[in-house]
Amino acid sequence: MDLELTAEEAAFRAEARAWLAAHVPRTPLRSLETREGFAEHRAWERTLAADRWSAVSWPAEYGGRGRSLLEWLVFEEEYYAAGAPGRVTQNGISLLAPTLLAHGTPEQRARLLPPMARAETVWAQAWSEPEAGSDLASLRSVAVPVRGGWLLRGQKTWSSRAAFADRAFGLFRSHADPRRPPHKGLTYVMFPLDAEGVTVRPVGRLDGRPAFAEIFLDDVFVPGEDVIGEPGNGWSVAMSTAGHERGLTLRSPGRYLAAARRLVTLWRERADPHDTALRDRVADVAIRARAYQLYAYGLAARPAPATAEASLTKLFWSELDLALHETALDVLGARGELSSCAEEAVAPWPDGYVFALAGPIYAGANEIQRDVVAERLLGLPRGRRAAH
Amino acid sequence: MRFALTPEQEQFRQTLHRMLTTAHTPDVVRAWAQGDRAPGLALWARLAKAGLFALDVRDTATEIALALTEAGHHAVPGPVVESVAAAGLLARLAEAGEPAPAEAWLGRIRSGDVRVTLALPAGGPYALDPDACDAILVVAPGTDALRLAPGHGPVQPSLDPARRLARPAPGGDVLAEGPAVREAAAYAADLAAFAVAAQALGAGCALLERTVAYARQRTQFGQEIGAFQAVKHRLADTLVGLEFARPLVFGAAAALAPGAPGAPAEVAAAKAAACDAAYAAARTALQLHGAIGYTAEYDLSLWFGKARALRSAWGTPADCRARSLDSAVFTGG
Repeated sequence: MDLELTAEEAAFRAEARAWLAAHVPRTPLRSLETREGFAEHRAWERTLAADRWSAVSWPAEYGGRGRSLLEWLVFEEEYYAAGAPGRVTQNGISLLAPTLLAHGTPEQRARLLPPMARAETVWAQAWSEPEAGSDLASLRSVAVPVRGGWLLRGQKTWSSRAAFADRAFGLFRSHADPRRPPHKGLTYVMFPLDAEGVTVRPVGRLDGRPAFAEIFLDDVFVPGEDVIGEPGNGWSVAMSTAGHERGLTLRSPGRYLAAARRLVTLWRERADPHDTALRDRVADVAIRARAYQLYAYGLAARPAPATAEASLTKLFWSELDLALHETALDVLGARGELSSCAEEAVAPWPDGYVFALAGPIYAGANEIQRDVVAERLLGLPRGRRAAH
Repeated sequence: MRFALTPEQEQFRQTLHRMLTTAHTPDVVRAWAQGDRAPGLALWARLAKAGLFALDVRDTATEIALALTEAGHHAVPGPVVESVAAAGLLARLAEAGEPAPAEAWLGRIRSGDVRVTLALPAGGPYALDPDACDAILVVAPGTDALRLAPGHGPVQPSLDPARRLARPAPGGDVLAEGPAVREAAAYAADLAAFAVAAQALGAGCALLERTVAYARQRTQFGQEIGAFQAVKHRLADTLVGLEFARPLVFGAAAALAPGAPGAPAEVAAAKAAACDAAYAAARTALQLHGAIGYTAEYDLSLWFGKARALRSAWGTPADCRARSLDSAVFTGG
């Protein structure tokens, strides 16, 4: 049970820390859920990528540094400790890239990964549909085979980042056969959001900011080269890397640890020391942030965690994030309701709170994650939910 | 960094697990609770032979965590935690230039020839199982003297049928005195809290395993109750609690290594999380077993009581949370 970094790991931490200290913008960027803020975040990603910090765990040929999972965790700790901006490239780097690395062709990787790392292409996800949320396999949007490619037709919704992103990826029904289970006959497709036939309608999240969008697809042509894996086999392709979305790589411990430090500082500076009920809550969320950090170190030391363990992780970080922000708002008292306060110690909390509220819903609602944990990790019988 | 067990450590855990599985600990616990100590003392001798009390926390904190987790998993009775902490206290005193108490007691504790229990200011007024021990080591609140208590008051039962508590009698021979005792007592209290955290983790895992097994076997409305979402979700949450407490316990083990900073805060965090998770597991276990779980006759009660008692043994939840906030992890130091 060794928690000491090796000399090489420590040198990597020091290098990341020094680079971030020199480059992280001194004033916070505007919200990435606004057009101006999105542009600022994209520019920041270019700065990161110029020195190969945007995807440290990728192979060097695609713009990464070939670093281990542990070193990525260390980078993330440094990144959030430095107060660096949220990652507008997250959907691409955390969700699409692992799929391309596992199932993409060499041509697709070479064509798509470097511009993703440089934020020249910012990706949105297009999974959910109006009638397909937790029951994703019941989706209805279709990919119709045509000469040289596919025509996409249908509607996607709750597409994070789609309001300002360049391209999207998702599943489409390509081989309709009512006799087969619903998750058969789906195809994993990537498409441009500015293509002919695509209409993007931004949707305001709880605070009105367009954090996600509806996407209407009206016979949108996609060339065959933009399908990942075998046509009809999209469900397996998507699910084989679904753990990346739910688990560690979407929300690393570094961000919660940094938030816990800010919360403890805020509590020391502003809270009534006699309010031991509040102290208990602050300590509890801080302990949970530390637990996630150590849990992730343990995962990094193991060969390959089971996919279902990602559900355990998702339950933990999504509830931790919310508890951290709820506690901070209570520490802030009356100022906790100011949704755009100029004061630096206050500003991140209300916005982070609205963001955290979505955590138990996206990437597979926590009720589904509990089913997965109970069935696959504890071996309880499957319920009425269709077996995928 | 490699935050994982070595193959040797995994083997050590498995050896203990096999030994305790064959020992039929529920029968041992029931005998112990009735005052029949013979089966418990026989088990104690086997644990000593396996080397449990010979572990020196300075270089085997991980093994201690593993051993105590197994002890909790099998509801082993007796002052296991107190023996580990007492050994740590005596070793620490010897390091600080007070070797006499260690010379008199440490070797015999490590060999399992004597059983000791311990009362320290941080642990509350009671000593565990004093009537089953050869010695009661005491540092009374507000003093810096380590004494051998001349006896103990009336033995009181606990919510955990395997635990019996009594106040040490005042006075007794002074084994060592001075600031070194105060420092060693604080260190030993951390060790005890660490050992309790590991024990609670093991007890919580046992409660979850038993409840999962029950939910797969018990049928109502024509199906296993484990197929109902309300049951599944409660069990899933219990697993989350335990699986994220575990790394805190082993993180505390790493923090107890010589020269590592910040052990008290890391231990406190581990104890708060592990005892919370174990108690949540106990509540889940009781609820999902229904009325059968509410009977003394059913073995679940042995772990239920332990999970409750360990919550406040060697540090209340509020104490532990308050101390955890001193961690350099949160202060950025």
